[in-house]
Amino acid sequence: MTGPVLSVRNLRVEFPTRHGTLRAVDDISFDIAAGEVLGVVGESGAGKSMTGTAVIGLLEPPGRIAGGEVRLKGQRIDNLAGEALRRIRGRRIGMVFQDPLTSLNPLYRVGEQIIETMRTHLPMSEAQARRRAIELLSEVGIQGASDRLDSYPHQFSGGMRQRVVLALALCAEPELIVADEPTTALDVSIQAQIIQLIKRLCRERGTAVMLITHDMGVIAETADRVAVMYAGRIAEIGQVADVVQRPSHPYTKGLMGSIPTLEGSETRLVQIPGSMPRLTAIPQGCAFNPRCPQAFARCFLEQPAAVFVGRSEVACWLASATPVQGTP
Amino acid sequence: MLAFAIRRLIEAAFVMLTVALLSFVLFRFVGDPINQIVSQDASLEERIRLREDLGLNDPIPVQFGRFVWKAMNLDFGVSYQVKQPVITILMDRFPATLELAFAAALFAIAIGIPMGVYTGIHRHSMLSKWFLSISLIGISLPTFLIGILLIYVFAVKLGWLPSYGRGETVKIGFWKTGLLTWSGLKALILPAITLGLFQMTLITRLVRSEMLEVLRTDYIKFARARGLSNRAVYFGHALKNTLVPVVTIIGLQVGAIIAFAIITETVFQWPGMGLLFIKSVQTADIPVMSAYLLLVAFMFVVINFIVDLLYVAIDPRIRLAGSGAGH
Ligand SMILES: Nc1ncnc2c1ncn2[C@@H]1O[C@H](COP(=O)(O)OP(=O)(O)O)[C@@H](O)[C@H]1O
Ligand code: SF4
Ligand SMILES: [Mg+2]
Repeated sequence: MTGPVLSVRNLRVEFPTRHGTLRAVDDISFDIAAGEVLGVVGESGAGKSMTGTAVIGLLEPPGRIAGGEVRLKGQRIDNLAGEALRRIRGRRIGMVFQDPLTSLNPLYRVGEQIIETMRTHLPMSEAQARRRAIELLSEVGIQGASDRLDSYPHQFSGGMRQRVVLALALCAEPELIVADEPTTALDVSIQAQIIQLIKRLCRERGTAVMLITHDMGVIAETADRVAVMYAGRIAEIGQVADVVQRPSHPYTKGLMGSIPTLEGSETRLVQIPGSMPRLTAIPQGCAFNPRCPQAFARCFLEQPAAVFVGRSEVACWLASATPVQGTP
Repeated sequence: MLAFAIRRLIEAAFVMLTVALLSFVLFRFVGDPINQIVSQDASLEERIRLREDLGLNDPIPVQFGRFVWKAMNLDFGVSYQVKQPVITILMDRFPATLELAFAAALFAIAIGIPMGVYTGIHRHSMLSKWFLSISLIGISLPTFLIGILLIYVFAVKLGWLPSYGRGETVKIGFWKTGLLTWSGLKALILPAITLGLFQMTLITRLVRSEMLEVLRTDYIKFARARGLSNRAVYFGHALKNTLVPVVTIIGLQVGAIIAFAIITETVFQWPGMGLLFIKSVQTADIPVMSAYLLLVAFMFVVINFIVDLLYVAIDPRIRLAGSGAGH
């Protein structure tokens, strides 16, 4: 078996501010294999976007990667800069942002934007790129692609625009897609379609996907594995089936409690009492301790490190106490 | 698109009519035209006959109609002072002002936009801070002072450039141009900088703040995520999105440049319409004043129309909304 497409080890992202350094991402490690979908889930402010942005090298200064490493097919990319990094973005890592209404430049035809991206990365003639762009637009489900190529973004609906964005992310055949809340801004009725489309296209191509969302329902349906983030750290990471059915971390348990078992509408993560601490006020010990129903003395003193529980890794003192149930 | 153009044309016609009314009131009611034309000792019969000949006894609306009709045929009457048709005098001066305004606008745009882009991209660089400090001077110093300073340095101290006049001109048809001779071009530099400096700083600051705004948008972040080169991101995607407000301001400012040419022309004794206007005010040469007013208004309107067309060329959302076709 070949190694993972993306390998993140002990990643830390920091923002120096006047009141000291804020750590938005703290010691995060995960892998994503080819064709695999890793869901990254957590409340707003947990550090999901920061992690995705750090992977693709788009952190806005003064934010910076303060430690750890990011490898793409074994090659370190976290220490690349300028031109070398630019050649990876769009070419080897595609990105999909939350709001399709604002992701596309309003002044250029969608075809122009796709062709521009392809020709930036691949040795293609204008005509070749145009033909490829039409194929790609049909592939993402846009009817009459050869005509729609010459439309402007505002002539598409939100869902259609996200399809265009997806075509743009995929147009240079990247090995990894980072999709940051790709359906949050969309109408509920089309969210599932877009998620399914991402999943299908990436599976066909063997593209690894980092799917950031705060919707546990999306994760349950789409992801192969899931990382649950809390206050900049990974609370629990494992196979979706394991994490959803047998959550080990008290935070994950709380989240699972918030997924309706029947056909409900509320799948958002708000059911745990209290709220996530701000970066300036992360408590000592386990960051979840103020909200944790099972917290005990040690939780207020020391930060728990991740340990294996079954096939999952869990950062909780309760898990450390239970005997290791086997190695993967 | 056509409907849009027609609507704009109708609006423009309204603006022109309003200015024409103003100009007419000035022409007809400020002072008695007869007194300005005839000599002091003209007889009463002479005056009455002239009044009748000039149509000054007709109903006011008829007179206004005649005024507009004549103006449309470029007949603005005869200068009280020079006793020549106003249009002849204006056309003699018009090229000088237009060339000056054009050079000033070119200077403002050609320097202002790159400086705005640079200071927008390199927000914290030393050079940006320099540019912005200099632009603060451009905004705060009055035009005549800048003109005098430039004359002092480049004409008096260094002796590189002339301090007044247009240099040699060449006549092409009725158009007397200073752009084709070396001395004409040299004479243009200082007045153009003086006239355009304020607009240059305005454009710099506007482009800068628009760039800062645009660079924060999602589509720029997405353009970066797509791996586009900095050049493509800054000039292809960001700059174009700053252009709608920038073009608006430039359009308004070109009008202002023509209007403010009065000061620069006075400082540099530039033989343009502004200087003519100042003289006509001093001598109460009403026909020249009212024609100047109309001409400047006309240029404002034309420039605005061009700006509107530019919007449409830049932004497809305006284009498609204007034609009523969404798909
Ligand atoms: N420019 C910044 N300076 C300081 N802190 C920031 C900045 N941008 C984001 N943060 C903080 O980083 C944390 C993680 O943010 P983010 O990754 O966007 O969360 P998520 O995507 O999980 O909702 C948040 O607490 C946020 O307040
Ligand atoms: S470490 Fe303690 S406070 Fe943190 S989740 Fe586990 S039990 Fe709760
Ligand atoms: Mg986010």
